[in-house]
Amino acid sequence: MNTQAIGGMPEITYNFAYLDEQTKRMIRRAILKAIAIPGYQVPFAAREMPMPYGWGTGGVQVTAAVLGRDDVLKVIDQGADDTTNAVAIRGFFEKTAGVATTTSTTEATIIQTRHRVPETALGENQILVYQVPIPEPLRFLEPRETETRQLHALAEYGLMHVKLYEDIARHGHIATTYAYPVEVAGRYVMDPSPIPKFDNPKLDDCPALQLFGAGREKRIYAIPPHTKVRSLDFEDHPFRVQKFAKPCALCAATGVYLDEVILDDRGGRMFVCSDTDYCNTRQEAGHRGEMGVPAESASSDVMPGLNPGIHAVPPGHPVQGVDGRVKSGHDGVPVESGREGDAS
Amino acid sequence: MTEQPLLVAEGLSKNYGPRIGCRDVSLEVYPGEVLAVVGESGSGKSTLLGLLSTELDPSAGRVSYRMRDGRLADLASLGAAERRLLMRTDWGFVRQNPADGLRMAVSAGGNVGERLMAVGWRHYGNIREEALDWLGKVEIAGDRIDDDPRAFSGGMRQRLQIARNLVTRPRLVFMDEPTGGLDVSVQARLLDLIRQLVAELGLAVIIVTHDLAVARLLSHRMVVMRQGGVIETGLTDQVLDDPREPYTQLLVSSVLAA
Repeated sequence: MNTQAIGGMPEITYNFAYLDEQTKRMIRRAILKAIAIPGYQVPFAAREMPMPYGWGTGGVQVTAAVLGRDDVLKVIDQGADDTTNAVAIRGFFEKTAGVATTTSTTEATIIQTRHRVPETALGENQILVYQVPIPEPLRFLEPRETETRQLHALAEYGLMHVKLYEDIARHGHIATTYAYPVEVAGRYVMDPSPIPKFDNPKLDDCPALQLFGAGREKRIYAIPPHTKVRSLDFEDHPFRVQKFAKPCALCAATGVYLDEVILDDRGGRMFVCSDTDYCNTRQEAGHRGEMGVPAESASSDVMPGLNPGIHAVPPGHPVQGVDGRVKSGHDGVPVESGREGDAS
Repeated sequence: MTEQPLLVAEGLSKNYGPRIGCRDVSLEVYPGEVLAVVGESGSGKSTLLGLLSTELDPSAGRVSYRMRDGRLADLASLGAAERRLLMRTDWGFVRQNPADGLRMAVSAGGNVGERLMAVGWRHYGNIREEALDWLGKVEIAGDRIDDDPRAFSGGMRQRLQIARNLVTRPRLVFMDEPTGGLDVSVQARLLDLIRQLVAELGLAVIIVTHDLAVARLLSHRMVVMRQGGVIETGLTDQVLDDPREPYTQLLVSSVLAA
């Protein structure tokens, strides 16, 4: 509960987690229905939230509805705890619900996410809340909502494969790399929100409850714990995830999703974990990548929970000065492309 | 004819408020038969086609279809799922405007393959091979398989639409003015192609046209409509050469001799 006196105005008070109790009940009913019918998009009366559409209004409403006073909340945006969206939403719930927040995946009981699934395996006591911009996987193939509902109702998903067919015909392989359609519990085809397809296998048989909220489109859907989630594909073009040629430049992790960070205008770049918590945890445990910070300087000048790769440039690699020249470090030798497309 | 009818319509009527779309139409279509529905604009041809293909709900009457297991089923009694399955496997619908029958943003191969994927084909290589085969049958060069229909001429689009419909080897195809809007030489080639495919595959076709030449070239039997009702039916040659009704006589005599 937040109270504040502004001048002579009455105190502003928020209900716990901003939404009123009736609204939360309504959202919970939608969530229960969504859990009962895995992958089915349940309509709900999404409210106006004090943030613009596209900033996670759907996810925020789902989080508000499932949040309890003892919960520990983590918010990530593209895997990072320290980007605008994540900071803003974390601050929002600190202010309106007063719940504990964390950047640690293992400590959190509710994780609201935009576009990533954490690298650390989730547990049974956790809920993962996705922010969804477009819940309808068939949207760009069939613009009529009445028709897509029919297609879902009758499980006519030939159209979804037309998209994959087009990918192969045009690019020689399935070029869809994010929002890759999945079939949930052998029935509904679902858009897993714009997570990289790298994360699709994590949805399958996940012990955590996964909830998806689309605020603008007013839809909620869910994957209950331990549900079969299959990425669609062709027999002769099976589903594959992205592969990376190099490990994380900061923590040397392999088999994780990496972000490309441009370092200068001479082709200098590094590939670092997109999951900042995972990367930091590994660095604290002493793992060092080729551009990693030496152990003693890593923890002193960088705030915990922030990715040193983005906020503090580690010594020993190039920094671009105002004049466009490399000022320090070795002479920006381009790192060969760390990311490899689909091997198809 | 000793065979049993494929499609039976009994007393079909459709009212649009006080206006009559279609009035008490009964007809039968047999396997492998081409039935032409002719008449002037506004005579209820397209309404009738809509009723037969269950795209419109009749105000009265019913349509029955012989399923693959030989049972004659009332289409209104089928569930939505069963009816849609029928439409995308056992039936085809070739529309006058190819943009209504094709996915214009999807490549030719995707357009032909869609029905295959809808009935469970999940092998890219096989789908592509089948699509190529069908493009060949409708005289579209194989190297156009990855072009989308927006890059096709009107005649090609219409042929692509035919391939897309025939790929699941339907038994009954509805055609609504398939040659409308095409120039005469393209029309002739398309008609030739339709005639050849119909004979090859033993398709039953219900073709709606205002063009008596199309009816004469393609159909075995024809139905003449006026003001929503059927005024004359019979073998095509018989109706065109020896029309009984004054209106049919007028229609036949109004065709310009080329």
